[in-house]
Amino acid sequence: MSSLIDYRTCPTTGLRVDRAAEKLIKANAVAAIVFLAIGGLFGLLVALTRWPAVHFLPADWFYLALTAHGLDVLLVWIIFFEMAVLYFASAILLNSRLAAPKWAWAGFGLMLSGALITNVAVLQGGSSVMFTSYVPMQAEPHFYLGIILFAVGALIGTCVFFGTLVLAKREKTYEGSIPLVTFGALTAAIIAVFTLASGAIILIPTLLWSLGFVSHIDPLVYKTIWWAMGHSSQQINVSAHVAVWYAIAAMVFGAKPLSEKISRMAFLMYILFLQLASAHHLLVEPGLSSEWKIFNTSYAMYLAVLGSMIHGMSVPGSIEAAQRARGLTKGLFEWLRKAPWSNPAFAGMFMSLVFFGFIGGISGVVMGTEQINLIMHNTLYVPGHFHGTVVAGTTLAFMAITYILVPLIFRRELMMKKLASWQPYVFGIGVAGISVFMMGAGTLGVARRHWDMTFADAALPFDYPSAAFLMMGLNGIFAVMAALGGLMFVVIVVGSVFFGKKLADDEKPSYPEVPPASAAVSHYGSSESLKIPGTAFLVGIFFVAFVLYYFVNWKYLSEIWPLS
Amino acid sequence: MAITPPSERIWWRQPIAKIELIWIIIAFTWGLIMFFMMIYWHGAGEQNLSNEAYQIKPQRFAEHAQAMIDEHQVREENGFPVVRPPPGSDVYLIARLWQWWPILELEKDQSYRLHLSSMDWQHGFSLQPVNINVQVHPGYDMVVTIKPNQAGEFGVVCNEFCGIGHHMMVGKIYVVE
Repeated sequence: MSSLIDYRTCPTTGLRVDRAAEKLIKANAVAAIVFLAIGGLFGLLVALTRWPAVHFLPADWFYLALTAHGLDVLLVWIIFFEMAVLYFASAILLNSRLAAPKWAWAGFGLMLSGALITNVAVLQGGSSVMFTSYVPMQAEPHFYLGIILFAVGALIGTCVFFGTLVLAKREKTYEGSIPLVTFGALTAAIIAVFTLASGAIILIPTLLWSLGFVSHIDPLVYKTIWWAMGHSSQQINVSAHVAVWYAIAAMVFGAKPLSEKISRMAFLMYILFLQLASAHHLLVEPGLSSEWKIFNTSYAMYLAVLGSMIHGMSVPGSIEAAQRARGLTKGLFEWLRKAPWSNPAFAGMFMSLVFFGFIGGISGVVMGTEQINLIMHNTLYVPGHFHGTVVAGTTLAFMAITYILVPLIFRRELMMKKLASWQPYVFGIGVAGISVFMMGAGTLGVARRHWDMTFADAALPFDYPSAAFLMMGLNGIFAVMAALGGLMFVVIVVGSVFFGKKLADDEKPSYPEVPPASAAVSHYGSSESLKIPGTAFLVGIFFVAFVLYYFVNWKYLSEIWPLS
Repeated sequence: MAITPPSERIWWRQPIAKIELIWIIIAFTWGLIMFFMMIYWHGAGEQNLSNEAYQIKPQRFAEHAQAMIDEHQVREENGFPVVRPPPGSDVYLIARLWQWWPILELEKDQSYRLHLSSMDWQHGFSLQPVNINVQVHPGYDMVVTIKPNQAGEFGVVCNEFCGIGHHMMVGKIYVVE
């Protein structure tokens, strides 16, 4: 059987590459980037409307654009790219053929048609129900149908991934255990199954309700199950982008995880506990007990947060150890100062790590605290938080690895290298600004998903503080910067994929620089002598910031009206 | 490397570096502190939801609210009745497309059992500038005991998207000495 498979040998890694897997990776990555461009454009329109001095769109278009923005970037871009990551982490990294490529194409077709159908539904104007489509507000039936098709397609892709793991094991294409990156992808895939099943459980009845076959959907039940998809799907992203961090650290530095055992355990904690996060959206809802809220919102005593904090040391720690092993041992930070900051793969990955931890991570835990949620729920603090996790974290990490995938998988030389070296900074700093200023506006009470913060048409007058208007203006400026960074990414990648210099099968790409596998750092000395003082210092700063910010918010909470 | 199978086949027997172990212990302990902080606040803090809630038909909720308005209305403002219910009583606030109905007038440092429910879609009760935010569902009556600790004029913004008039949905609560 395997003799019929069309392989090439990668000149950079020496791995055997199944061309069927390669084509699927390309198709999924291209679809992902197309939807990133569409969704990003809608995002820019949203930000320009929320910029009080610009207030670009009329109300109906604003809510339409916001619905499309959420769907296209939070769901479509990310899951298409994750399919590419799954095929890469299985077939390519395991040196194997892809299981059932025809099924993978069927899944791709379903995902693509589902995404198109839902986009059409939104653009027709009758389905401006936001990404969350909370009942009893109703969208057109094909809005739900498209999402269901997309989810079924993604589920098929996930099964192809599992099948490939089984094949590779049976055909003995690798020795020992699967690589850590594949393990991380496996984590993402397992969470994806839970997520997609939850989506089906709630969206199929909702589709029937919109068609008139079901008379009533309870809004609280809808919300509880919908978020088992909606929030857990963000945990697919976390697992996938942490896997991408490890992959980039390995590809750029030849870095080896500090401890395979610890890093894998941290991924395992995601599988066991991240699913509980539906509760984050239900902390101020009627009908749920505090016991339920506290246990679930904390991922059972913050065990999934513990997983992320472990990766937060392990990823930069492995880079530091690899750099020190190469002789960059001066002071605390020579390893970091002399890192390849002009390599967009590294720059994007490192900013993703820092922003995900400091902005997205800390704010998420604080906002997910049962009582503190009272002063943040449904304010702009919420999108501020998740732009820190999903955009500055996941999207930036995915952009970073794309710079490595273009030469390795698309076999094209990267074009516009100078522009590429700037891109992660423009995008990353833009998104960090969006996150911080939305969080600031949210702290001042500004509502999310709201067209007019001046309330000019309201029957009763109300004004937000003027600082909130300043925050939204700054948010607009940084959104323009992020959009520019996104545009740079699309231009560089699409340009390179279609017009870049073709690489022959045996030709090594010259950029970004990826050390050959033989340069891998295999030992950092014994566990007693491991030295990562720079990382320890950075982790210390993170921890102090976390503790301070956490208690500052309890202080804010203690000042509001007593509630019981 | 993380993209190749582990170099030590028996990787689960490799000892853990001290620095990682220390960080895990610190992070785990911090998680426990954050977990117990929420429980602690239920005893020691003053800002907790009672989680008292009932299922209720929208029409039934509207009747309760109307009875309160009939009994305790003190004046009218921009077409909204202004209601001054007695301290300690049950106070009803209707959320509907696109109004918070009626306007409430409360006394400082007195407790009220505030009932929140929606007549149609979901809404978000966002009391400003205090910044208290609670979700309002149709079919559920959520009871929050509030004790205003400052006098003044407060806005009630809707912060759950509820259609094209969402941005016009503003209500008001007065707190008097």
